[in-house]
Amino acid sequence: MSAAATHDDIARFNFLANFNKYMATAVAPGNAVAFRERAEPAWIRQQGEAPQTRSEVRRAMAPDPHYRFWSALRRCGMEMRQQAGRSLVLRQKESLRDRARELNARLPSGLRLDASIKIPRYQSELDNHCMPGSYYAEYIDADVSAAANYDAGMFATTTGLFGRYLDGAGRGTAAWLQRTRPGWQPKRILDLGCGVGHNTVPLARAFPAALVVAVDLAAPMLRYGHARAVGMGVDNICFQQANAEALPFEAQSFDFIYSTMFLHETSHVALRNIFGEASRLLAAGGVQVHLEQPPYRGMTAFEQFMRDWDGYYNNEPFWSALHETDLPRLLIEQGYSAEAVFETEIHAMVEDEMPKVGVETEDFGRGGLWYACGASSQGAST
Amino acid sequence: MNPQLLELVNAAASGKRPHFFGDADVDRLLAIVWAMAGELAVTRERLDTLERLLAERAVVQRMDIDAYRPDPQAARERGEWQMEYVARLLRVLQQELDALRAASGEGGRGRTTSD
Repeated sequence: MSAAATHDDIARFNFLANFNKYMATAVAPGNAVAFRERAEPAWIRQQGEAPQTRSEVRRAMAPDPHYRFWSALRRCGMEMRQQAGRSLVLRQKESLRDRARELNARLPSGLRLDASIKIPRYQSELDNHCMPGSYYAEYIDADVSAAANYDAGMFATTTGLFGRYLDGAGRGTAAWLQRTRPGWQPKRILDLGCGVGHNTVPLARAFPAALVVAVDLAAPMLRYGHARAVGMGVDNICFQQANAEALPFEAQSFDFIYSTMFLHETSHVALRNIFGEASRLLAAGGVQVHLEQPPYRGMTAFEQFMRDWDGYYNNEPFWSALHETDLPRLLIEQGYSAEAVFETEIHAMVEDEMPKVGVETEDFGRGGLWYACGASSQGAST
Repeated sequence: MNPQLLELVNAAASGKRPHFFGDADVDRLLAIVWAMAGELAVTRERLDTLERLLAERAVVQRMDIDAYRPDPQAARERGEWQMEYVARLLRVLQQELDALRAASGEGGRGRTTSD
């Protein structure tokens, strides 16, 4: 279930992937040099002390030519990735739609769309990470082009760090669950903000006897995600259109609830509602875990500044706030004891030939290593 | 690709486009230069495929390409193409000069007396 690419389409993505990799490994590290050698000394000459916060680092770096070029090129790369993806998928949107329809029809119980779902303001206000039309725009009836574009270009943006099938976070989560709860077989799993199901499929495969319910706001993502999963021979996922702030499921009806890189695309209010729903839906003896980029606490002002770039320049309006939010405290507010709440790290699990974080340099905020925060519910597992 | 589809392909994401240089025109220029860099890579990759296929099928070896020297006719045609290519790229400079010349009564090269 992917778009048919020509030689030139593939070459565009090859260029972007290598460009992004060069940016991450050769150009981005120059910002630290520029800061140390130029921006910080200049700031100290003017202000009498080193910049203390990421906001001061941003002001100190704003005039620096290396930072300007890195930023401007990084933005160009994001825009070109969208253009390349759109020029690939929009010309074949009808055939992609037909292919998705055909695969959707093979397992109709696995796709539940709900036309009454409204796109909340935190999604409609800005097109997330510079995707024109965001996740949900439909140019034709039953369109899947937004999802096909997302799927086609993500490899170029993440330069292989998320794995060949972009499922490194899901595979990492399944491995973490199998390691921390050996032998445990959750019966019902819930993936919040599933997108095209990159990280849903690995959980469905790791627990073939379980039903995985994957929710998202955007119908194109769900149609495509379902078709993609069916095409991969996975039949235990139900893709359901729903708002994770108000889910149409019974209390305590899921043993394992998770999200991957989802929360930073919501809002302060939505985040609390989502944690409220996840906590309501979690069965006794179950566990919820949410993967995100690491929080800013404990980082130098410079590293915070580098990781904050997407919040300013890549249409990620909640990015900065989420990185400063005390997620464990929000889970405790849902009624969990401090002992039931945990923080951990989950690594992307990727194919041997793919680059690894720690070996390869991470592109700030884009690496295959996540901070995870979660909570276990009391009681015996059913 | 039809014009309407091309417009949709090239659509911007909602939200203000940031600029990082003192003059936003520098950001615009960089966006154009970088799009060109991308398209050059695309052409280079196509050429690479072509060379490899030709070599694989024993039509032309890559060393033949490096050893190739154009005859006078081919060299002239290439030269003409290069001149036309550069003129296309530097159109904006010509247009400004045309305007200056027109203002001084010299008449712009890019315009005919009848238009």
